[in-house]
Amino acid sequence: MNGTTEPGMEMSRVPAPEWAGAEPLVFELGGDLERGPREVSAGVADRPLAELLPGVALRATPAPIPAVPEPVLARHLGRLARRNHNLHQGIYPLGSCTMKYNPAVDEELARLAGFADIHPYQDAGDVQGALELMWELERLLCEITGMARISLQPAAGAHGEWTGLRMIQAYHAARGDTQRTRVLIPDSAHGTNPASAALAGLEVVTIRSNPDGTVDIADVERHLDGRVAAIMMTNPNTLGVFEKDILEIARMAHQAGALLYYDGANLNALVGLARPGDMGFDVVHLNLHKTFSTPHGGGGPGSGPVGVAEALTPFLPTPTVVRDGDRFRLDHDRPQSIGKVRSYYGNFGMLVRAYAYIRAYGSSISAVAENAVLNARYLQSRLGGTFPMAVTSDSMHEFVATTKGSRVVGLRALDVAKRLLDYGVYAPTAYFPTTVPEALMFEPTETESKRSLDLLADVCAAIVAEAERDLDHVRGAPYLTPVSRVDEVEAARRPVLRWRRAE
Amino acid sequence: MAYLPNGADERRQMLEAIGAASVEELFATVPERLRHPRLTLPEPLAEQDLVTELERLAGRNHPLGSLDSFLGAGVYRRYVPAIVRAATARPEFYTAYTPYQAEASQGTLQTIFEFQSMICELTGMDVANASLYDGATAAAEGVMMAVAQTGRRRVVAAADLHPETLAVIRTYGRGRGVEVVTSDDVSTSVGAGDACAVVAMPGFLGTMGELAPVAQAARAVGAISICSADPIACALVTPPGELGFDITVGDGQPLGVPPSFGGPHLGFMAVRQELMRRMPGRLVGLTHDRHGRRAYALTLQAREQHIRRERATSNICTNHALTALAATVYMARMGGAGMRQVAEISVQRAHALAGRLSALDGFELAEPARPYLWEFALLVPGGADDFARAMRRQGIVAGLPLGRFDPDRREQLLVCCTETSTPASLDRYVEAASLFAGPVEVNR
Repeated sequence: MNGTTEPGMEMSRVPAPEWAGAEPLVFELGGDLERGPREVSAGVADRPLAELLPGVALRATPAPIPAVPEPVLARHLGRLARRNHNLHQGIYPLGSCTMKYNPAVDEELARLAGFADIHPYQDAGDVQGALELMWELERLLCEITGMARISLQPAAGAHGEWTGLRMIQAYHAARGDTQRTRVLIPDSAHGTNPASAALAGLEVVTIRSNPDGTVDIADVERHLDGRVAAIMMTNPNTLGVFEKDILEIARMAHQAGALLYYDGANLNALVGLARPGDMGFDVVHLNLHKTFSTPHGGGGPGSGPVGVAEALTPFLPTPTVVRDGDRFRLDHDRPQSIGKVRSYYGNFGMLVRAYAYIRAYGSSISAVAENAVLNARYLQSRLGGTFPMAVTSDSMHEFVATTKGSRVVGLRALDVAKRLLDYGVYAPTAYFPTTVPEALMFEPTETESKRSLDLLADVCAAIVAEAERDLDHVRGAPYLTPVSRVDEVEAARRPVLRWRRAE
Repeated sequence: MAYLPNGADERRQMLEAIGAASVEELFATVPERLRHPRLTLPEPLAEQDLVTELERLAGRNHPLGSLDSFLGAGVYRRYVPAIVRAATARPEFYTAYTPYQAEASQGTLQTIFEFQSMICELTGMDVANASLYDGATAAAEGVMMAVAQTGRRRVVAAADLHPETLAVIRTYGRGRGVEVVTSDDVSTSVGAGDACAVVAMPGFLGTMGELAPVAQAARAVGAISICSADPIACALVTPPGELGFDITVGDGQPLGVPPSFGGPHLGFMAVRQELMRRMPGRLVGLTHDRHGRRAYALTLQAREQHIRRERATSNICTNHALTALAATVYMARMGGAGMRQVAEISVQRAHALAGRLSALDGFELAEPARPYLWEFALLVPGGADDFARAMRRQGIVAGLPLGRFDPDRREQLLVCCTETSTPASLDRYVEAASLFAGPVEVNR
């Protein structure tokens, strides 16, 4: 990457069987390489493949993946499942990730055959319910965000960011405004913001934060000129602080001909209580896996719908869902569209869950934001004696603490994070935002009980007290997890990214 | 209320601890004129009413299982062993986050490592990532890798790539000033100015082309070769890695993931060793813990957005872990042999159906000279749209009318068989179609 010697992947390195306590890999479970499970019979005349597929080279032997007997595979999966922290086991206070409880009923509903067993190319007449759900969901999300239209197509938040930026580019281009090649992004923004901008071919200009964590409005002004396509903001920002100058920033952006982009990662602080559209945002992406409680699944699938103000609707990805009387159909005829950003219409299974979640709350959805902020502020007040806070301004649904300046010199965020795992608590987001040294970013969400928050606060206090007595012990954590501290440096230095059978 | 655990008492105690008089006070930093917009939202629903509403919507759809379906075209109804759903329904997997804290996420990490390993075995490639959004975005990411690797900005894509894949490559390309040209003969079209050659295995119409020459031709001009492959096809035919491709991508939906109206599925990407550090997306590596025990961790994160920001290889922040878990369990249960058997059954049935249909007067294969796996383009009498509509009235989804993708193929239907297309349903297809057979007076 930087010209130094590649150490290579050590492809021949066979995992040592004497590494005790590990769950064997699926390749080591004694599955059958020659035969799969009993299969249906084809039920048609069996003809030689060579005759059916003339000139096509076939595999000489099956792909070397063993067919693992079901009882063996079931136990393998059961044992692996126990090696995962999860929401049914304990709090997951990851800042910026909004790890709220995923309603059980939503999982059942998404699996209904009427949703799971339908094909994207079936006639509209056969999928009216799916189209109706998408149409209704778009309306609900428009109402909640204050946007004119929303595309449900993007597969994840970052995908939505890039989709939104492509629409912003298309908007400027359609006006003949071709000089706008820059995006202003605060230094505290999520890494996806600049990465999405770069993928869209835009130049990133970083904007400074004030000591209180909000955007430095003077720095915005300094960079705001005819080359700026958009300002990307997260509100509340990644420190959990509401951007108090947002209306002024919106006015400045629009006056300069730029658009304002809303990263919806933190909408859980405001859902039902304030709308990005009313703040002056022109493009908004949502993370359905955060605010609207579709499960994170160990890292996806997510869903990142993106909403736009009226002036940008011609550029939405194609197709959109339209309603003609009581019938619904897909509209592919959108000449100014930026095109398709993925196959078909979006992560539909996630849309079903989000729709169900929103309908459960309905007009009471602001209770989500109220309780999310109440929980976070309560947890912050409980932790006040344990950790210094990154900023003094009032935070909302999440807050950033730091181990720097705590009672124990040398206590690092990483050590606290790892020791928390021993208590059955997942670590808060560590070392983000990067503007705060030794950051620990907590976001409890509204689905944690007071009792759960008290437990987390007590555990944090106990860890700091322990570190005062015996810092090395904390540094050696975790002790009670399935594996102790994992050597990530070694993983990167000598990447072993797949299993290989012994030569 | 819905999913909120704290009652009025707890909330009051919490406010006291904070030192606030009301919850409203906690929102004081939000300008007052922005607060409490008047929203038109429906009344909250009890769980039972919610189920009724969603069942009403589901009931307005006609699932493939209630029909005789011969629809494929990139999304396949394959049999999913029950153990796959049993795994993805476990909260230990579906409620977990991206495995940043390795010590508390070994379950997810190991299943991803197994996924990466099995994708390598299936495709014949060196290294695979933890999955991407879908086959179309995986192809587009592969193209962007090739552009970054070669510094060239033209892409030659096979004309028979899936239309959605081609469309997504074009959308991604436009953002970066990348030109996409299509060709019926990629191995002769790819030239010294091209970043990559992209082909499909099989093509959108189910046919198999000569692929090894494409990989060779690309290499000869310093371009990257990319194969967009059906994973079940990889279990049957010589896989892309052995044909010499640099990058293999594809949609993993056939590996145990339901059609679900087009998503969520999963994309996969596997590359040659030399391209490892250019790969987008998550990677899980094998390492050890303090006691020397086997352990797994996310690795090579210096490629990724949360470290590199605008210099990252991609903006991707997630993979499709849960659908990749489904694929992992599917592959482990079926094995290479089981997947090949599924592929063979599909081939046998498709060829049997194609033979019987093309024996009917007015029906014939649209691409008779090209070998095909389990999908074939069929010329039908009286226009594919009308034919499909008439068949649908008999409870048969006869295939995908191709006119929507190519006006020259308005008479053609893309017909697919898998192991879920029963022999009885084949009989019903032929019987219903035979009513259309005969001289062309069928113009209805």
